[in-house]
Amino acid sequence: MSQDRAVWGCRGLGVRYGGAVALEDVTLEVPAGSVAAVVGGDGAGKTTLLRALAGAVRPAAGVVLRPDERRVGYVSAGPGVWADLTVDENLSFAGRAYGLPADALERRVTALLERTGLAAARDRLAGRLSGGMRQKLALAMAVLHEPDLLILDEPTTGVDPVSRAELWRLLASAAAGGAAVVVGTTYLDEAERAATVLVLDRGRALLAGTPDEVLAATPGVVVEGPAKPEGVASWPRGARWRAWSPDGPAPPGTSPVAPDLEDAVIVAQLRQALRRAA
Amino acid sequence: MWAMAMKEFRQMFRDHRTLALMIVQPVVLLVVFGYAASFDVDHVDAVVLGPRAEQVAAALPEQLEVVRVAPDQGREDGVDALRDSEAVVAVVTAEGGQPQVLVDGANLFAARSVVTALRGRPELPEPEVLFNPELKTSTIMVPGLMGVVLVFVGTIATALGVVRERQSGTLEQLAVMPFRARDVLAGKLLPYLLVAAVDLVVIVIVGMLVFDVPFAGSPLVFALGALLFLFVTVGVGVLISTVSETQGQAIQLALLIMLPQILLSGLIFPLDAMPAGVAWIGYLLPLTYFIELARGVMVKGTPLDALLLPLGMLAVLGTVVFGLSIARFRRDLAPAGRRHRRRPATDADQDQAAPIRTGAK
Repeated sequence: MSQDRAVWGCRGLGVRYGGAVALEDVTLEVPAGSVAAVVGGDGAGKTTLLRALAGAVRPAAGVVLRPDERRVGYVSAGPGVWADLTVDENLSFAGRAYGLPADALERRVTALLERTGLAAARDRLAGRLSGGMRQKLALAMAVLHEPDLLILDEPTTGVDPVSRAELWRLLASAAAGGAAVVVGTTYLDEAERAATVLVLDRGRALLAGTPDEVLAATPGVVVEGPAKPEGVASWPRGARWRAWSPDGPAPPGTSPVAPDLEDAVIVAQLRQALRRAA
Repeated sequence: MWAMAMKEFRQMFRDHRTLALMIVQPVVLLVVFGYAASFDVDHVDAVVLGPRAEQVAAALPEQLEVVRVAPDQGREDGVDALRDSEAVVAVVTAEGGQPQVLVDGANLFAARSVVTALRGRPELPEPEVLFNPELKTSTIMVPGLMGVVLVFVGTIATALGVVRERQSGTLEQLAVMPFRARDVLAGKLLPYLLVAAVDLVVIVIVGMLVFDVPFAGSPLVFALGALLFLFVTVGVGVLISTVSETQGQAIQLALLIMLPQILLSGLIFPLDAMPAGVAWIGYLLPLTYFIELARGVMVKGTPLDALLLPLGMLAVLGTVVFGLSIARFRRDLAPAGRRHRRRPATDADQDQAAPIRTGAK
């Protein structure tokens, strides 16, 4: 690692597609050795933010702070691997693209194939891998050159729970190795594992901080009950219902619960909607 | 059934490009084909040489359009005029006896019409057909077909190869890798250029061995022409790829560009037989110049200095098309505008709205 204490990310970032505002005044700071999760619904701006961090989108405002492009690893929302190349060939291509010497490439490929469990599939075409294996290959390609900044756009979407856990183990180990890791995800349980969370809504930062800070900042009371409560904003959680009471008492038939990140995000969105309506 | 048909109609009308192609392409083909589809050459350029040139030129049949009269030149100059494509017919006169009539057999349809027209005219002898004495179609078709094969490999394969990256989402991956746009493009195109070059060599060998096509000229001049032509076809392929989202769209566009080339380049129908209103399109097409060059070098042994026009046109077309395609490809690949910089890996990037600054963090 060349910059152990570096902080990557963006400040006041704005991105426009034509006349449409995709991101506005978004700040994200990710210290080396930590994982930041970018969460938000469809169209919130996660992919645009990650693409801007990776250098694939030109910002209209603000500053992007990232290492030299040879020190960035990126897994796009697409497949991110060449389907008609084998696992070995994909890794070899990525290694050569990032200028790894042959012996270092060989060493890294062997190590990563073992860690990702892809060693037995090294001669298989990437297009014939399962979704989870393909994502592991994409991640292996992105960390092959031990980047300072690792950017992943929904790496676990459509992946089974075991592979999801393995993918998170891999990216946690990349962070432990000193990389600043930024992960876009729609899974809030995953975001809870990150050191910092940035919640985007319609291209703006809705919440930001550590998971604990985000939870602590949740206003009012989150309650839970067996049926949909009347007169308050509510959302289903399993077979039960949760509701947000901004400043009043808990609705009849409900009892307060400690909010988790999912509740915090929903509450923040409700609050934002109330503000907009006002 | 109706539900299926309605769905299909909706999809068809939503895909404006395909719909336009379905309607425009047949109309274009009909008009172009209707005008271009003619083997009848009404007028053939001729040079008349030798001491009685003035006298003989005045008495030639109307079909021969005299472009030059040179009383002080002889048979060798006549052969050169045909080799350099100055004329299709050279009439070489002598002080006494009948003149010689030399015909460029590489200009197949014009040559055939001349041979037919002069037959039965007692004042002129049986024409002597040069370069392609038996007036074989394969002799002139094979060099032309080489051009078509190069268009196929250069344009369609290249367009598909580049669009495949876009369609599969890996172009985005390439965009953030530490490649310069020109490296991506050059690396992407090199295999196609090599395959096309191998294709070309194979076709030349098969043409010579199986169809007895001669190779009278310089392989180096031929290689130069082929390289320039590939430059254009590959550029067209990249250009198509930059305006196509899917491989299907790329194929449609490539066919739309290829068909007029095949019809209007002189490959099948002679350009001389087309009305000027259509023929001018042919003179804008790269295949026209490659065919002229390939037939000239292979069949007639035309030297470099007589091929400067087709070589120059291919160079101009290549520069324009390739320049455009690189500009569009670069825009696709490097939206953050950071492809031109090469710095030590310890430096940091700061992408700012404007201007983009670079500096260590």
